[in-house]
Amino acid sequence: MTALLEVRGLRVVFDGFAAIDGLDFTVEEGELRFLIGPNGAGKTTLIDVVTGLTKPVAGSVRFGGQELVGKREHRIVRLGVGRTFQTATVFEELTVVENLDLADSFRLPLRSLLRRRRGVSDAVASALEAADLTALADKPAGVLSHGQRQWLEIGMLLVQRPKLLLLDEPVAGMSRAERERTGELLHRIASTHTVVVVEHDMEFLRKYARKVTVLHQGHVLREGSVAEVQEDPRVREVYLGRAKGKAVT
Amino acid sequence: MGALVNQLPIGLSIAAVLLLIALGLTFTFGQMGVINMAHGEFIMAGAYTAYLLQGLTSQSFLIALPVAFAVAGLMGLLLEWSLIRRFYGRPLDTLLLTWGVSLVLQQLARDVFGAPNVQVTAPGWLVGGVDLLGVRLPYNRMFIVVLAVVCVVGVWLYLTRLPAGRRMRAVVQDRELAAYSGIATGRVDRFTFLLGSGLAGVAGVALTLVGPVGPGLGTFYIVDAFLVVVAGGLGQLRGAVLAAVALGFLNSYLEFWTDASLAKVLVFVAIIAFLQVRPQGMFVLKGRALV
Amino acid sequence: MTLGRISLVVCVVLLALAPLTLSPFRLGLLAKYLCFAIVAVGIALAWGQGGMLTLGQGVFFGLGGYAMAMYLKLKEAGSAGLPDFMVWSGVEELPALWKPFGNPVFALAAVVLIPGVVAFLLGLLVFRQRVRGAYFAILSQALAAAFVILLIGQQGLTGGTNGMTNFSQFFGLDLTDPNGQRAVYAITALVLGATFLVAKLLVRSRFGRLLVAVRDGEDRVRFLGYDPAVVKTITFTISAVMAGLAGALFVPVVGIISPALLGIVPSLELLVGVAVGGRFVLAGAIAGAIAVNYAKTLFSEDFAEGWLYLQGGLFVLVLVFAPKGLAGVVESARDRLASRRQTGPAPVEVTA
Ligand SMILES: Nc1ncnc2c1ncn2[C@@H]1O[C@H](COP(=O)(O)OP(=O)(O)O)[C@@H](O)[C@H]1O
Ligand SMILES: [Mg+2]
Repeated sequence: MTALLEVRGLRVVFDGFAAIDGLDFTVEEGELRFLIGPNGAGKTTLIDVVTGLTKPVAGSVRFGGQELVGKREHRIVRLGVGRTFQTATVFEELTVVENLDLADSFRLPLRSLLRRRRGVSDAVASALEAADLTALADKPAGVLSHGQRQWLEIGMLLVQRPKLLLLDEPVAGMSRAERERTGELLHRIASTHTVVVVEHDMEFLRKYARKVTVLHQGHVLREGSVAEVQEDPRVREVYLGRAKGKAVT
Repeated sequence: MGALVNQLPIGLSIAAVLLLIALGLTFTFGQMGVINMAHGEFIMAGAYTAYLLQGLTSQSFLIALPVAFAVAGLMGLLLEWSLIRRFYGRPLDTLLLTWGVSLVLQQLARDVFGAPNVQVTAPGWLVGGVDLLGVRLPYNRMFIVVLAVVCVVGVWLYLTRLPAGRRMRAVVQDRELAAYSGIATGRVDRFTFLLGSGLAGVAGVALTLVGPVGPGLGTFYIVDAFLVVVAGGLGQLRGAVLAAVALGFLNSYLEFWTDASLAKVLVFVAIIAFLQVRPQGMFVLKGRALV
Repeated sequence: MTLGRISLVVCVVLLALAPLTLSPFRLGLLAKYLCFAIVAVGIALAWGQGGMLTLGQGVFFGLGGYAMAMYLKLKEAGSAGLPDFMVWSGVEELPALWKPFGNPVFALAAVVLIPGVVAFLLGLLVFRQRVRGAYFAILSQALAAAFVILLIGQQGLTGGTNGMTNFSQFFGLDLTDPNGQRAVYAITALVLGATFLVAKLLVRSRFGRLLVAVRDGEDRVRFLGYDPAVVKTITFTISAVMAGLAGALFVPVVGIISPALLGIVPSLELLVGVAVGGRFVLAGAIAGAIAVNYAKTLFSEDFAEGWLYLQGGLFVLVLVFAPKGLAGVVESARDRLASRRQTGPAPVEVTA
């Protein structure tokens, strides 16, 4: 197995406060990794750094051997790192198909972008199906429900065929049925992609997680299987114990 | 060398005027995202206030300062209350909206006071100047500088020492959080508008010392004042001060060395160059919203 | 859709009939409005589709206009002479800057390239640094202010405050003759048509969708692998070129180009028509530009001061009550009609 993503000695500071401090984190090719930790642990910040949204003060992020720190966001996407956002953001004025098509077209040369879209590409069609949005294909994305937006966002990610997917709380705020569907979708994606999922819904975790990394105050507290992590007294103390019964966002 | 030094009071007084104008802009922009193009007309209102009051008493110039503050401040309050508050979250539309208002106000001034410029006679104690180490310091320009310093110190004290000022800073930094902590953000907004517009009125009175008053007075300064806001960073007192000083001197020295018509272009180029290094101005308020 | 088609055909027919029915003076006015409509198409692209509020279109309009005026002046002055205003302001030799403009090919290229290059450089520098929204608007306005001051200051090069006027010839057309004027009108109308077509194709293309996405979520677009700065720079450049073309046509149509037409206020006035007509719909922007400028002429003939009140007031009213302009009003009326047809006698519409 080879490491696809290697984060070493990462440090991120906001106004004097270290949101990430001395973080090492490795994801192997083909893995499905869960990232958990109490609110403010630095999970989103880690994704932000990998995808170029936030600049670290120290440390390195290597992706397939290439340094990502200092690269601009769209370059990192072009290298094959895709992400979703904690609050799904899609383009509300564009239709569902147009959203997906836009995601699909990023490799086209400018010349072909100047042409009109004719029909629906295979990648877009299968993403529509995977996200269960075929019936809504020509509706503006603004009319979608919260869950459907999350799926659309995942669909947009899929058509881009990234090597690494970073999903930030994909089931947050979803109904039970929606969660189930998302879980299945995730399962399917993970069979062909390397995926990192931020999620701390325990039920969801038990069902789908293989390997889990626990973040706490900007560094890795524990890494292991769901069972190992759940039994670790330190993890219980900082996270599971306190978070139990609390709404986690 | 002599010319270099003699240009000093001019640069300083331009900076002082820009600062007085930009203070209001930077806070309404930083706090509410409102770009008020009618701000220039508050300057004009302040200047005409001084014009109307002159000759009434022996100290009418000094009296004009607070009166102009009140007149322009109330105009700002009215504008905020009647129109702008419907436009929060649409900064570009507010820009256009307030421009429409500014057109109407300019025409109103033309109808009331006539299109030709009018002159405000400076009080006797501001005529003349003093030589200091070979530099000619005209009293009128020095007065403007002192006025600006007093206003900035006043604003600073207000922001740091008074509860109302602290509320205002809270709203600038995080409107939602401020609202959750029980701050009546609507009232804070209106007060910010009053204060900022009032300062524009004061700037208008100051401007009567260095030139004539006309309906287009505001448009002449508003662009530079906006550039101060852009270069200084939003809602930042120290940014506004530094940027105003930098721009004031840049303007006056470039005009002196090249000619006035090239100076403006060079200032523009300088601002673009500066934004390559600090795209968000000198001082930045950090936020993490994805917008 | 069909409604759009029908109105397009009606407009084309009306524009084609205008030379036959309007007096040369009125036709000239119409041609002037069409020039502003060309600028409006560019503004609708940059602002309506791309979210870039450009308050400096007067600059690009002026660059195109001055490039054309320089060529026409040199042509008139002949091979040896100097343009009239240079003689008056005591310039004795043709400035080097002017020399290449004697060549018609160069001048025509300059009409497009100079505004394009200026916009491209400005756009690249500004958008790459993620300067946007109100900041961009302010910078574009500052550019307009500086440009006008520069033009006024360089009397010997530009004709100063008076600018350039008295053009009698335009590529072999006699501008004092009604037939020549009709030909210039026809050229202007054709350029407007071409501009509209290009903009329409662009809006409908993938690039157009991308532009809307950049407008609504520039930072999100980055995570789809696009560089928004490129998208915005290209669009801004196209809109500047359109303004440049309009300025170049304005010179033979109206017979003057001067700083008073290009500054902060004229640049903002170019936006009024777009806002009134509807910034999100190209045809709306065109109609708005023509209508507002027509209204301006009407008022200036009898009631000049009133116009400023009216223009300011109109602008405020549109922004408060119809932010999408007349096109938005028409659209929502059409939607309402359509839904009424579908559902029979409509339930009373409840809108906020
Ligand atoms: N832009 C920012 N400015 C200031 N503080 C930030 C910023 N982004 C994140 N933080 C802080 O960094 C810490 C980690 O945040 P985050 O990564 O969002 O946590 P998580 O996603 O694990 O809940 C939090 O304390 C948060 O308040
Ligand atoms: Mg998070």
